[in-house]
Amino acid sequence: MKAILSGNEAVAQGAWEAGCHVAAAYPGTPGTEILENLGRFPEVYCEWSPNEKVALEVASGASIAGARALSAMKHVGLNVAADPFFTMSYIGVNGGLVIVSADDPGLSSSQNEQDNRWYAIHAKVPMLEPSDSRECLDFTRAAFDISERFDTPVLLRLTTRICHGKSVVETGERVETAVREYRRNLAKNAMLPAFAKQKHYMVEKRLDDLREYGESSPLNSAEMVDGAEIGVIASGVGYQYAREALGDGASFLKIGFSWPLPRRLIREFASKVKILWVVEENDPFLETEIRAMGIPCFGKDVLPVVDELTPAIVARAVLGKKLAQALEAELPPPNRPPLLCPGCPHRGLFFPLGKKKDVIVTGDIGCYGLGSMPPLNVGETTICMGAGFSAAIGFQKAGEKAGRNQKVFGILGDSTFFHSGITGLIDAVVNKSRGVFVIMDNRITAMTGQQENPGSGRTLSGEDTVALDIPKICEACGVRRENIHVVDPYDLKASGEAVDRAWAAEELSVIVTTRPCALLKDVQKEREGLKCSVDEERCVLCGACLNLGCPAITKRGRIVIDQAACNGCGLCVQVCPKKAIGREGEAR
Amino acid sequence: MNAKTRNVLLVGVGGQGTILAGRVLAEGLLSFGYDVKMSEIHGMAQRGGSVSTHVRYGTKVYSPVICRGEADVVAAFEKMEALRRLPYLSPGGRLIVNNHEIFPMPVILGEAEYPREIEKTLSAVAPGTFVVEATKTAEDLGNTKVMNMVLLGAVVKSLGLDGMDWSGTFRACVPPRTVEVNERAFAAGMNLLPG
Repeated sequence: MKAILSGNEAVAQGAWEAGCHVAAAYPGTPGTEILENLGRFPEVYCEWSPNEKVALEVASGASIAGARALSAMKHVGLNVAADPFFTMSYIGVNGGLVIVSADDPGLSSSQNEQDNRWYAIHAKVPMLEPSDSRECLDFTRAAFDISERFDTPVLLRLTTRICHGKSVVETGERVETAVREYRRNLAKNAMLPAFAKQKHYMVEKRLDDLREYGESSPLNSAEMVDGAEIGVIASGVGYQYAREALGDGASFLKIGFSWPLPRRLIREFASKVKILWVVEENDPFLETEIRAMGIPCFGKDVLPVVDELTPAIVARAVLGKKLAQALEAELPPPNRPPLLCPGCPHRGLFFPLGKKKDVIVTGDIGCYGLGSMPPLNVGETTICMGAGFSAAIGFQKAGEKAGRNQKVFGILGDSTFFHSGITGLIDAVVNKSRGVFVIMDNRITAMTGQQENPGSGRTLSGEDTVALDIPKICEACGVRRENIHVVDPYDLKASGEAVDRAWAAEELSVIVTTRPCALLKDVQKEREGLKCSVDEERCVLCGACLNLGCPAITKRGRIVIDQAACNGCGLCVQVCPKKAIGREGEAR
Repeated sequence: MNAKTRNVLLVGVGGQGTILAGRVLAEGLLSFGYDVKMSEIHGMAQRGGSVSTHVRYGTKVYSPVICRGEADVVAAFEKMEALRRLPYLSPGGRLIVNNHEIFPMPVILGEAEYPREIEKTLSAVAPGTFVVEATKTAEDLGNTKVMNMVLLGAVVKSLGLDGMDWSGTFRACVPPRTVEVNERAFAAGMNLLPG
């Protein structure tokens, strides 16, 4: 059946059609929707794992036990999962194992722009790079077959435009695969040094076999145009851009099976064209290999390494075409940065924290990262999942060495706490750090679009489950009960007092905020009738409410609160010095 | 069927429904037999940031993104966003602007000014500019959220696709109880543009 699917949806469809049995992931843009969509098929066990390392280990265990398994993550997630990833290359598979890396060229929602194709070389595993949704579906199916045929995990590498781009696919039926038999086999599955040493020979031999396979794989294809002088070697969305830009004016070698590279195919193609171009986003991955083969080509000496490509960029580089005359108006619009939502509970802790002198805040990956923007301006660093806590320890130690009278607040969310924040907390307790750790528990993984996590009390498939108790975990990790402050962040006074107490404490303290995300459906329903509004006679236009950075509050001559956006959190009521803002209605 | 690939850019502010409008457009185009590619950036989409959805269709489409200067139609769900994405409009292209303002944080904080006379500026540079009251039209229909379908109606008319049967597409793309209001908004949007 023909359908328009995103790349993520198509990977899910492909995995289902391939008879995948088990899938595990931690949400991360741009790859989140793979598991969300796979989770709709009852034939596949799907879970949100606490982090990517756990997710890949779950999938690895399932594969060794004989099931077809998939683990999906964003590019930085593979850093977290790199440990099992490299060793699964040695162990290989029983049931097929596919690892999806969703990279983010152009950094639409990430902390760096890493090109995860290098992971294929580094871990010595084959890599497939689909260039649109149709290929996402087909390549996912092929990946399971390649995995089992060559006893290897397969890296399926996507990029943002592939994940979130939509195009027409042909969907098919599921081919049921039996879970393969499992037999205890330490030499295969237990990577003790003696066994691992033997396996390394296998891995090298496997690369040779895979290289040979790639030479004739239908995932690589040449399109020769008679009389065309230019030849383009491209992979992923780079192929689509080059094809758009050069049309029938060039011959193409489209590389879908992009590691190990089909060297004979490349040599043959290069010999048939006069000018060879390599078109790929970010790093010169294909190009480095092609140049190492002694084949001269154009590529990153002209094309940019940073950000996404477009057809226009390719046309300019290859054909020397000027960019199209773009319409310009001499009226530059101001930036429109993303914001904490109206009614976001994080605001209630950021506001008093931002007012505090001598405070350093180390942030993390999640909505709370938006708190570092004006007007809240709370946060110094964003490194990776969990570093909101662990970097705080280093900050605190450095501050002590320098004799700075600062208190360090490390901030992260509930999902991030379970992901890898918890280990930072353990480190702080055991090594006697004196900082303050804040867990903004909004009961969901909010930034990626509301996925369940170990604190939300529901599984990916919506079943009720245990909801982990964060204050109790902190206590069990060794934080003294009197140093754990649980606050409602909609209560500014209570938030402020918790901040004060934690700041003054001699020992490590923890603040846990307990308001669920304002975008949760239940919350929206419950607070539907709650609205704040301004009494214009009392309002003196002082702007105190604007300092909350709530997008529902604007000043257009007078202060206006957008009634459609407001959820009546009441923070503006609390900050108004003239008591000019009131709240009406009741929560349901 | 026209062999030339046509380009539609939908721009706005996170939460305004550009993605759903793009999806309805793409599903419709698929049902009319076109090859369609679409590209959008999520992640910040719900957080009030600037967002855009690219839709391209024709007999065979390669790139999922539209280049600057090549959009046949740009529909701006918010006025200032029309200004931001103006460079995408092809000379002679149609620019549909919803006459609705959403202040970004730098404006709320008084650090920047919301540009004045946007309509005048746009019309001077792009003669194909049409300013429409999409938000008000949706309000009159009793549901501000269907503003996206009002604009989609205008887009579809601009593309000459208003003679096609879109009813199945709405049934496939929006919740059953909102099909009717979405369809009415879509029809109202078509009427906002002259002949």
